[in-house]
Amino acid sequence: MLDNNQLLRFTTAGSVDDGKSTLIGRLLYDSKSIFEDQLQAIENTSKKKGHEGVDLALFTDGLRDEREQGITIDVAYRYFTTPKRKFIIADTPGHIQYTRNMVTGASTANAAIILVDARHGVIEQTKRHSFIASLLQIPHVIVCINKMDLVDYSEEAYNKVINQFEEFSSKMLVKDVRFIPISALNGDNVVNRSTKMDWYQGAPLLHTLETIHISSDINKVDARFPVQTVLRPQNDTHRDYRGYAGRVASGILRKGDEVTVMPSGFTSKIKSIDTLDGELDEAYAPMSVSITLEDDIDISRGDMIVRSNNKPEAIQDLEVMLCWLHNDAAKPRAKYTIKHTSNEQKAMIKEVVYKFNINTLDRITGDTELKMNDISKVKIRTTKPLMVDSYRENRTTGSIILVDDATNETVAAGMIV
Amino acid sequence: MSKYYLNYLDELESEAIFILREVWAQFQNPVILFSGGKDSILVTHLAKKAFYPAKIPFPLMHVDTGHNFPETIQFRDDIIKELGVNLIVGSVQESIDDGRVAEEKGKNATRNALQITTLLDAIEANKVDCAIGGGRRDEEKARAKERFFSHRDDFGQWDPKNQRPELWNLFNGKHFQGEHFRAFPISNWTEMDVWNYIKRENIAIPSLYYAHEREVVWRQDSWIPNSEFLVIEDHEEIVTKKIRFRTLGDITITGGIESDADTLEKIAEEVSGMRQTERGNRSDDKRSESAMEDRKRQGYF
Repeated sequence: MLDNNQLLRFTTAGSVDDGKSTLIGRLLYDSKSIFEDQLQAIENTSKKKGHEGVDLALFTDGLRDEREQGITIDVAYRYFTTPKRKFIIADTPGHIQYTRNMVTGASTANAAIILVDARHGVIEQTKRHSFIASLLQIPHVIVCINKMDLVDYSEEAYNKVINQFEEFSSKMLVKDVRFIPISALNGDNVVNRSTKMDWYQGAPLLHTLETIHISSDINKVDARFPVQTVLRPQNDTHRDYRGYAGRVASGILRKGDEVTVMPSGFTSKIKSIDTLDGELDEAYAPMSVSITLEDDIDISRGDMIVRSNNKPEAIQDLEVMLCWLHNDAAKPRAKYTIKHTSNEQKAMIKEVVYKFNINTLDRITGDTELKMNDISKVKIRTTKPLMVDSYRENRTTGSIILVDDATNETVAAGMIV
Repeated sequence: MSKYYLNYLDELESEAIFILREVWAQFQNPVILFSGGKDSILVTHLAKKAFYPAKIPFPLMHVDTGHNFPETIQFRDDIIKELGVNLIVGSVQESIDDGRVAEEKGKNATRNALQITTLLDAIEANKVDCAIGGGRRDEEKARAKERFFSHRDDFGQWDPKNQRPELWNLFNGKHFQGEHFRAFPISNWTEMDVWNYIKRENIAIPSLYYAHEREVVWRQDSWIPNSEFLVIEDHEEIVTKKIRFRTLGDITITGGIESDADTLEKIAEEVSGMRQTERGNRSDDKRSESAMEDRKRQGYF
């Protein structure tokens, strides 16, 4: 691999029947990312189950219960590398009762693969997956029209799906959508170009994943540096050192920049940007560094260092698109701990504005109960201000989770409107 | 603006540093689980980066099976000295002597499963609320479902079907008295990433990873090193081979591969051409299809 190769994270949502596991198996197999002992194990299982040949879908089997039931329960992460990029797949189950897992997988993804069965076209599940991709602002969506072998590799069937997709997706905000006709089972247009679809001029899936431009997916304009912890070595060489450790959430910070510390509002200048490998002139997302300031200011975890001429909003009333993740429904007016970057406050859900029917994208008003897998627009009030940007502008400073203090469980994930 | 992106190794490094700092900020009493293997050495190296110019603010914990490679112990003691951090040792031999666990019997007996009790005892005795490990999701199918912050109940058990969701980079380490977490900063690294990074950073690793001459026995498709703990069967023959180890565990169960790779460059090149997974040489994982999942549920690393 070359030194300047990038990392691409993508998510695949789908259910047992639409060929998701086969597609992942095919990607791993054809890109030679599967080891012989893994292949041997899969061959043995395929034989035991009486399958013809090797069932590529078995590569993605995980926990014992999942193997026994033939389903994916949880998000599983898979890895493969080509000479051009390293890939992380967040492999998530596609049924409606696993919406929360899809949201989880989508939260860090650069790209989403949405599978459509060429015989059935766009169905409710396709809409749901696309909606989640758009809600979580995944920058690139690749619609794979699968099982082309079962519709005689027909261009007409492919075009029909594109038309259906474009019709309903006009309501959504996806910046970059591409369509690829594939057969995961036979390997057409997955890693290798299909010889059966001359009418398709675009690239196969892997080539698309290798070449999508992802450098501009991160916000490089708004400099945001949430402080994780303060480093005070107190050793002979660094007697008075006070470094603010964190990962640049977005934008670029340079030595000498005028900065403001929020929420206190104190201003100073960046004195140094330090790493074990030496001092840097600038730090950009998502680098982990330690920053020192010219002035001695009281700064602790949860504070945010930003450039003085470009500040986030400091607010206590948030409008949030909330996905409920937990079995226990939300308690009316209950208090939760809200986690936002390195900050943590108490919060209350004050109002459920509307809920989504995530199959039809209709808004439902009047139903205020938040149950597992529900996606709703809510109003949240926090005890102290959070320094936020809208999720659309900034995935890091625009996202929150809610934790139930009674159980310590993570119960909801939200995107600030 | 196009130069403002990280390559994959820098991004993995930054992610791991972020996790290590979150652990430090969210827990009272974390430790790094240090086995002397490359993954725990890597985690320790990343912790050095995470807290520079301060030293690593928590101890290393070693679960000592008593069946060690002498080279590993030497390496452990050297790194402790260099970093100036404390070492906590949990001893499997003591657990056996105290009657907490019973030694397995027979030819393929190992102390692998016994480590679980010793580990959990050491966590409890030292009031550890987060044990940082070098586990990677690409190692094994049960590990593919592991979180960065992984909750353990007050019996130290993992419940894979009931894990906290992890979104964006918001990690929830809240826990009740008696419970603890495992944190896995290098979850997203593959074996190849680890070697490429070790090569790039020129990180010191035990000599066992480099090709060397050693007395070995052919058992379960790999070369098991001869040692005072190994019971040799009548039909088995001790031979001297040039080998190296891809992973390090108990000396009784860690199989070597024949190799001439005696530099980091050669190791990275060899690993890139490997057609077997690294745990394929670990007899602890060959016992059943869900061997790792079962051990993990009970509290294994």
